[in-house]
Amino acid sequence: MSKDTNRAAATGNTVGTVGSVSAGWDHLGKRGDGPERNLLEVRNLKVSYGGIEAVRDISFDVPEHEIVTLIGANGAGKSSTLRSIVALEKPAGGSILFEGKELTGMGTEQIVKNGITLVPEGRRVFVNLSVYENLRMGAYLRNDDLQSDLDWVYSLFPRLKERSWQAAGTLSGGEQQMLAIARALMSRPKMIMMDEPSLGLAPIIVQEVFDIIREINRMGMTILLVEQNANMALKAADMGYVMETGRITLSGAGQDLAENPVVREAYLGKART
Amino acid sequence: MAVRYPEQSGAGSLHNKYLTNIRTIPGKYPDFKGLLMDFLSKNLPYFLAGVSVGGQYALIAIGYTMVYGILRLINFAHGDIFMVAGLVTIYASTVMPLYLSIPLTILVTVILGMMIERVAYKPLRNSPRMSVMISAIGVSYLLQNLALYITGGLAQVYPTIPFISNTVTIGSATTKVVTILTPILMIVLVVLLIQLINHTKIGMAMRSVSTDFETSRLMGINVNRVISMTFIIGSFLAAVGSILYFTNYPSVIPTSGGMPGLKAFVAAVFGGIGSIPGAVIGAMLIGIVENLIKGAGWTTFSDAFTFVLLIVVLLFKPTGLFGEAATDKV
Repeated sequence: MSKDTNRAAATGNTVGTVGSVSAGWDHLGKRGDGPERNLLEVRNLKVSYGGIEAVRDISFDVPEHEIVTLIGANGAGKSSTLRSIVALEKPAGGSILFEGKELTGMGTEQIVKNGITLVPEGRRVFVNLSVYENLRMGAYLRNDDLQSDLDWVYSLFPRLKERSWQAAGTLSGGEQQMLAIARALMSRPKMIMMDEPSLGLAPIIVQEVFDIIREINRMGMTILLVEQNANMALKAADMGYVMETGRITLSGAGQDLAENPVVREAYLGKART
Repeated sequence: MAVRYPEQSGAGSLHNKYLTNIRTIPGKYPDFKGLLMDFLSKNLPYFLAGVSVGGQYALIAIGYTMVYGILRLINFAHGDIFMVAGLVTIYASTVMPLYLSIPLTILVTVILGMMIERVAYKPLRNSPRMSVMISAIGVSYLLQNLALYITGGLAQVYPTIPFISNTVTIGSATTKVVTILTPILMIVLVVLLIQLINHTKIGMAMRSVSTDFETSRLMGINVNRVISMTFIIGSFLAAVGSILYFTNYPSVIPTSGGMPGLKAFVAAVFGGIGSIPGAVIGAMLIGIVENLIKGAGWTTFSDAFTFVLLIVVLLFKPTGLFGEAATDKV
């Protein structure tokens, strides 16, 4: 089925327009509401796996309402950085401040409660649960009425509404990625981190995923994006950091990095001009 | 049962020569109804006992299957938790009335199950699965030896629980109330459990944790609490099972949990480990077949049947009746 449905999706069926139902998303505020502050500040973060240093002393900021991207090759330490922010890995040193609050030492549940979610690499939807149940799990820590938020994510991803009672394992890769993003939105986070959302998806679906990322950002969401698809990521991002073997080697505005000759050669597959 | 009717002449004699073992109405067809009634009245007591024992196995098997579903661990201590529940009932009943000692048994068993997880399995959460399994075997021996120490190796007499020990007569079978009560109670508890798993938030969390620990954490689920919950449910059902099971036996010894525990484990594997309906159906089948084998006069082989079944299942359908295909997590 994949080819036909992908084409149908590509013609714009998947990305709904968010009209009147921006229900309750004012909690984020919008870009330019006031002085921009850094939502997340990472300082001298180190992560190691049994002596191998995956992340060596990196520092970066994620300003509120912006899209920040970490790009780099396999094994550069991008995923480890994200995973240590939500305490799936224990940092070997450094500090992670979210809204000025120290996150190191907190458990994952507590960090999620503070308003950070991670859309994990490889989507990791709960394959045995229905689409609807996956969304309910995304809102696990909430005890209020979910209906308006459900309506909202369904309007963002109409395909999920059609498949609401279907087991998530029966969805296509692209749909699972959409579900993983929708599930993350259901917790009403202040910041979403995405680990390789374009991994293993057809180029047409990758485009859609990035449309969604921009759309969510327009609503005020702060996004920290890890990508190997440097081209797409830098186009979407306000700010980019290039990671190499555990260190940040370059940083700058997304557009500037995309035009930087070193980056172009190493990650964008274009020769120096 | 062979009934010989007066020989008829001619072709009829041949007919009678081959059908002498079947009761026939002279000149007509074999008496099927009579045969069926004979079979039923002969086997009904065994069948009822089978349903009852099957229900008891099912209550234990659910504990195995749920823990496996979440931790991918065969909790070898589960049968011994069941035995400890029996001993707790015995000791508690000597100092308090049954309406107190039975709830106390359930409470103590639940706490024991939870504590075992905390002390023996939780510290090994990130260790290889083999380590946790060995830890489970250790706990099993620990419980048996503690029981041996406390009981002094003497069989402890199980109290007679009124009402469920009363006898009732159903058709040709005379049996205890517990025989009838077990399957009913088991089905009620299983229906409640399935409702809990399918329609509540904690149930949904249990299903999430069973597919993916890490992502469940990312949802804000406290994985350790969900695992504790699983052990609580499993131990609760084992405690209920122990009351129903030991009522049929005069006493409890430290190894009393071994056989029923093993059989419930086989039931869980047969049904497809990880599946609750599978465990129930597997347990009922094992209970019934075992008792029908006893009814046929082959008591010696009734235990062997269960374990031959285990070997056959593992050889030909390792995922059991309802088990999910063993795919690795993506």
